[in-house]
Amino acid sequence: MEQVGATAVTVLIGVFGCTGYYFLSNRMLDRICRADVLRCNHIRPWLFMLPALVLMGLYLLYPVFVTLCLSFMDAEGDHFVGAANYLWLMQDAKFRESMLNNLMWLVVVPAASTVLGLIAAGVTDRIRWGNFAKAMIFMPMAISFIGAAVIWKLVYDYRPDGEEQIGLLNAVWTAMGGQAQVWLDSPILNSVLLMVVLIWIQTGFAMVILTAALRGISKDIVEAAVLDGASPVQVFLRIKIPQIGGTILVVWTVITVTVLKVFDIVLTMTNGQWGTQVLANLMFDWMFRGNDTGRASTVAIVIMLMVTPVMIWNIRNTLREVR
Amino acid sequence: MPGARSRLVVATHLCAAVLVLLWSIPTFGLLVSSFRDRDQISASGWWRAMFPAEVSSQYRAAPPSTAIVKNGLYTIEGNIFNGAGGEVIAFGTSIRSPAEYAVGRRVVAQGGEAVTLTRNGDYSITSTTPMTGPRGMRIFATTVSPAKFTLGNFDRVIGAEGMGQAFLNTLTVSIPATVIPTLIAGFAAYALAWMRFPVRALVMAVVVGLMVVPLQMAFIPLLTFHNKIGIGKGYLGVWLAHTGFGLPLAIYLLRNYMITLPREIIESARIDGIPEFQIFLRIVLPLTLPALAGFAIFQFLWTWNDLLVALVFLGSSADQLVLTGKLRGMMGAHGGEWEILAASAFVTMAVPLLVFFTMQKYLVRGLLAGSVK
Repeated sequence: MEQVGATAVTVLIGVFGCTGYYFLSNRMLDRICRADVLRCNHIRPWLFMLPALVLMGLYLLYPVFVTLCLSFMDAEGDHFVGAANYLWLMQDAKFRESMLNNLMWLVVVPAASTVLGLIAAGVTDRIRWGNFAKAMIFMPMAISFIGAAVIWKLVYDYRPDGEEQIGLLNAVWTAMGGQAQVWLDSPILNSVLLMVVLIWIQTGFAMVILTAALRGISKDIVEAAVLDGASPVQVFLRIKIPQIGGTILVVWTVITVTVLKVFDIVLTMTNGQWGTQVLANLMFDWMFRGNDTGRASTVAIVIMLMVTPVMIWNIRNTLREVR
Repeated sequence: MPGARSRLVVATHLCAAVLVLLWSIPTFGLLVSSFRDRDQISASGWWRAMFPAEVSSQYRAAPPSTAIVKNGLYTIEGNIFNGAGGEVIAFGTSIRSPAEYAVGRRVVAQGGEAVTLTRNGDYSITSTTPMTGPRGMRIFATTVSPAKFTLGNFDRVIGAEGMGQAFLNTLTVSIPATVIPTLIAGFAAYALAWMRFPVRALVMAVVVGLMVVPLQMAFIPLLTFHNKIGIGKGYLGVWLAHTGFGLPLAIYLLRNYMITLPREIIESARIDGIPEFQIFLRIVLPLTLPALAGFAIFQFLWTWNDLLVALVFLGSSADQLVLTGKLRGMMGAHGGEWEILAASAFVTMAVPLLVFFTMQKYLVRGLLAGSVK
């Protein structure tokens, strides 16, 4: 109960503190430059943005530089070691495995989620129970990665031969005449099964965004195509999909960024064993189990480098848009 | 082509049905499992939960010392269920073939005794010679237990396993971590959408750039920073971290929504001489409510479901371990105990699912503000 009280107080302090800051700082600005209103208009935006800029600078921008420095330091972050961490990384078998897995995730998950999301968006908009269907496909989004890991671990569960299989996958597999499998310990296949979990979570997101884009297509074009004798499938594939190319790209990149940070699923389902290691989990390993900030930072920098193209692309789009 | 048309309609319905089933069955399976007891879960898949389950188990008869002489035979009688009730469909006397005999048959066990077991669990063991040994004979029986569901798992995980406390901890993390960034981002987004200043495009570009910075970059420097300023591992650190990490997306979504507001409203307010602070608070903020709600839901779900940030910035004592961290611990400690894991998972998922189903509309709107123009 004490904790609930403390939380409520925090929320109140936070809200009133923030509002108070904005109110008072604006008041002060009004007082100071009552004469020179124009100059005030240059300062005021910064008052509005200051808390956000300070927090983002401290929690996102500053760490990027520190991590970059730490990646050239030793395990304790005391001594400069040059490129030693990077050289170690190139030769480390676990890193190579993580890198390959991450690349595999990068290809499979965004592609599968986007395509499935597109199919889901296409079919659910044409049926009367579409909203219900959308809700069910979108639902995993509300479930934590770790909750999803428990859900799918039950699906992949294995019981020794002769016992009743309680995992859905093995039950279906044995019913079709297969031998019950320990799915999560056979390399490549196990990575794919972990990817299924993320695809399951991300498809709903893709569906929601793509539905909106599909609805935004001008009706005239579609009608013209129908008059020219195009079948509904042709309209979808040849007319609608090219029209929403931009949105598909946005969805693809958002999922790509999510994939690069995938951590919880691997940590809780296999903890990177049996050839399923990924970069984010490798970084966590070196940070907390290896206690080596140099190597952990180096892995983090690699993840950062992999999102950099997306980042540059986003920044360029924004600069073009905002004048 | 009415034929082709109706075939397409059927295909559409079929395709949607398959997707819905594939997407909901895994969750449904865990939900059903969370209401079953341990024996039922290991006896049959959750999809059989509605039907009676067959279980093979081992029972022990009363010890030889309780034998009485009946019709010239040393006899031990009793009921394997001890009065709890149940239905036996087969039994056996060795572990290798626990369901060898039909109920009611009289068979000879390894020790030479005659054994029988009836449908309601009554057994009788008879022997012409006195029986010895300290313990009773083992009887293997396959029983049918009717479909039944229990709330016991939830009782256990919320109380004894400490999910209740973890629930409070998660609430403690996510409420401030949702409210504060939403407020701060609102002000910044207004400045970026409706105030003119020289480097506006650049600031916006930085915000968008920061949106994709992997959290992994931030952990080591920030942990050091928190220790240096004396916050250490604790709630204040998590609140600040979630606020910092959530701000770029918040500003981006809110700004994109705010620029769609009609220009005339804001400009006529300015001409009337209303101060910017008042314009924001009285005019823009109420109009931005849908987007604010959208982001707040998004941030709430994210902070509630987060494991990584909590692992790094919070301690692991009982008064700081959050639901996701607790669930992770349970996966280690209760690896195969699905009844515990399933119930725990649903305790962690209850609030997000509730929020999702009641406020889906706003969530969708929030997402759309960011990606579709």
